[in-house]
Amino acid sequence: MIISHELVIGVVRLTLYVVGLIAFAAFNAAYLSLLERKAPAWFQLRYGPKEVGPFGLLQPVADGIKLLTKQLLVQEGADVLLFKLAPVMVIVPAIMCLAVIPFSETIGGRNINLGLLATFSFSAIHVLGTMLGGWASYNKYASIAAARVVAQNIAYEIPLLLVVVALVMVTHTFNLHEIVAQQAGAFWHWNILRLQASPLMPLAFLIFFTCMLAESNRAPFDMIEAESELVAGAFTEYSGMGFGIFFIAEYANIVVGCSLATVLFLGGWHCPFGLLPGLHWFLIKMYALCFAVIWVRWSFPRTQFYGLLNLSWKFLIPLAFIHLALTAVMLKLV
Amino acid sequence: MSIEAQTLHRETFILNLGPQHPATHGVLRIKLTLDGEYIENAEPVIGYGHRMHEKMGENRTYAKFLPNTARMDYVAAMFNTHGYVCAIERLAGITVPERADFIRVITAELNRVASHLLWVGAFLIDLGGFTPLLYTFDDREQILDLLEAVTGARLTFCYYRFGGVCNDIDDDFIAGTRKFVARLRSRMAMYHALITKNVIFRRRCENIGPISAEICRKYGATGPVIRGSGVAYDVRKAEPYSIYPRLDFNVPVYDQGDCMARYLVRMDEIVESLRIVEQALERLPSGPIMAEKVPRILKPPKGDCYFNVESARGSFGVRVISDGTDKAYRLKLRSPCFSNLSIFQECSRGMLLADALALLGTLDLVIPDIDR
Repeated sequence: MIISHELVIGVVRLTLYVVGLIAFAAFNAAYLSLLERKAPAWFQLRYGPKEVGPFGLLQPVADGIKLLTKQLLVQEGADVLLFKLAPVMVIVPAIMCLAVIPFSETIGGRNINLGLLATFSFSAIHVLGTMLGGWASYNKYASIAAARVVAQNIAYEIPLLLVVVALVMVTHTFNLHEIVAQQAGAFWHWNILRLQASPLMPLAFLIFFTCMLAESNRAPFDMIEAESELVAGAFTEYSGMGFGIFFIAEYANIVVGCSLATVLFLGGWHCPFGLLPGLHWFLIKMYALCFAVIWVRWSFPRTQFYGLLNLSWKFLIPLAFIHLALTAVMLKLV
Repeated sequence: MSIEAQTLHRETFILNLGPQHPATHGVLRIKLTLDGEYIENAEPVIGYGHRMHEKMGENRTYAKFLPNTARMDYVAAMFNTHGYVCAIERLAGITVPERADFIRVITAELNRVASHLLWVGAFLIDLGGFTPLLYTFDDREQILDLLEAVTGARLTFCYYRFGGVCNDIDDDFIAGTRKFVARLRSRMAMYHALITKNVIFRRRCENIGPISAEICRKYGATGPVIRGSGVAYDVRKAEPYSIYPRLDFNVPVYDQGDCMARYLVRMDEIVESLRIVEQALERLPSGPIMAEKVPRILKPPKGDCYFNVESARGSFGVRVISDGTDKAYRLKLRSPCFSNLSIFQECSRGMLLADALALLGTLDLVIPDIDR
């Protein structure tokens, strides 16, 4: 059997991509979790972790070791297969999403024509993972959370997709690389300010950001965790690395969401002033959004579950429809 | 039977909320019968922290029971001690010197502020907002520092004695208290801007968990709970004790009866308590802090006495029956939290779980006060 040269290179490249992406997701989860402890500490007049390593920089390592050395307990009555499969089903799609995101002109896992569609297809799977995890736990709090997560994610997927459909109508492409290329130049070329396409574009960005918060189950929409109501929601019965993987997936989802927002609305790797485009601009924008996500979490109380659904069905979805219709009309006129 | 009722298969399940649950702030267990997330019945199960304080009060001398009083409602310990010493003083016919009465009111009102500040933070945690707790604790810390300097304790104060207080306050305490009053006044605007005006907070509180004055009357709820339902009942005004009749303060009342009303009552009470502290400091007389000739082993004459004080949570009552010996024949403690919790079963019916927990939060329960 002859192994072709291309095949070897292809396999090596694929392996490197996968390893690199997992490392990227894990690194982000580790240091965003540190930021999640340091930033609120700053809001709340306290220090946050500072003992492990300089400024507490090694704290995520210590946390990781702690989680790894703990046993993954499966309680009696739980569906063992689903219980163990659920964390995997949550983290794998998040990492898959990262594969199609262009970090800069040259850096990016895969440049495929249906990149946008791929990210949304993958990100829909983690809902299933969380639901199965909650269901398989054989715990009443987890079951309530499992029911919540489905209702919440269906409600927020709709305005999210409506906004994205409007954007695709403007850009005429599903290719994330091309969407960014179209926004070349200073900040008034970015999609968020593409007012000639639809005057509601800045609002569309806010809808996208809100839905992204709800999709990644972050406060003030963290209905599935809701510690004051449901103890730890869907993750109540998880211990050790089972919990750890959910934790990493939460941050990986934030990174994916913020990357998408950067790519779709904020001009990806382009500089706001048209200078020196590159990876650093992408990272600056993405981490600024990540910080905003953390900031929101520590500033607001949690919404009620029906308040959350009302916000989507009665406000965001109509608004997204108006935006869609307006975009269509504007495209026809201009 | 309609077609919907025949085909819809409804199933309820029982959820044990507690005894260890983040929202119950202690070892309270609530047996919830849930239909989805709607509560059909919520049955509080209490007694996990029962320590027989009443019985303890009956088999040890009066003075030996004093430290116990601080261990019931430990968030506002001054009031329990205040109620207990006042009851015994009335029974034994001891007159408290004026200065001691002033000091009692100052420290008690500071304790009320500390208790309400803790409640604001803890309530916001019930609603899922963690940050305000750290701010309110920062302020509460200042009160605890002040009280620690005079009472020697930060939480379970045992400062009042039969006939007065055990330690005089000094100039440092007075200056520190004045500074603190000014500081907290300026911080109240911040609390209102960050919490009261927050959209999510308002949505979670307004029209949520309405309690009617009728239900309060039925179950004997008192304190901010009944004042949030439009009844201006405050023991300090209704059955004035100590030096309260000589001080100028308002009783905040809100008519809505929802969580927001109870929140606003407490926020206003903080301001009113600061006013009381300020007035009392201004008029603080000099003189002794202990009544003369209080025997070491107190033997009140035969008699029966009930004394009521307005604690941070409502009316705290002490009934003592003395048979002339050095121990009480019968001691009955009426804790406000017990009555306030009892309205939960009726009020939470038909509510969503998250809203019911907001309602539970506004009742401001201290579980050891219920269990005693």
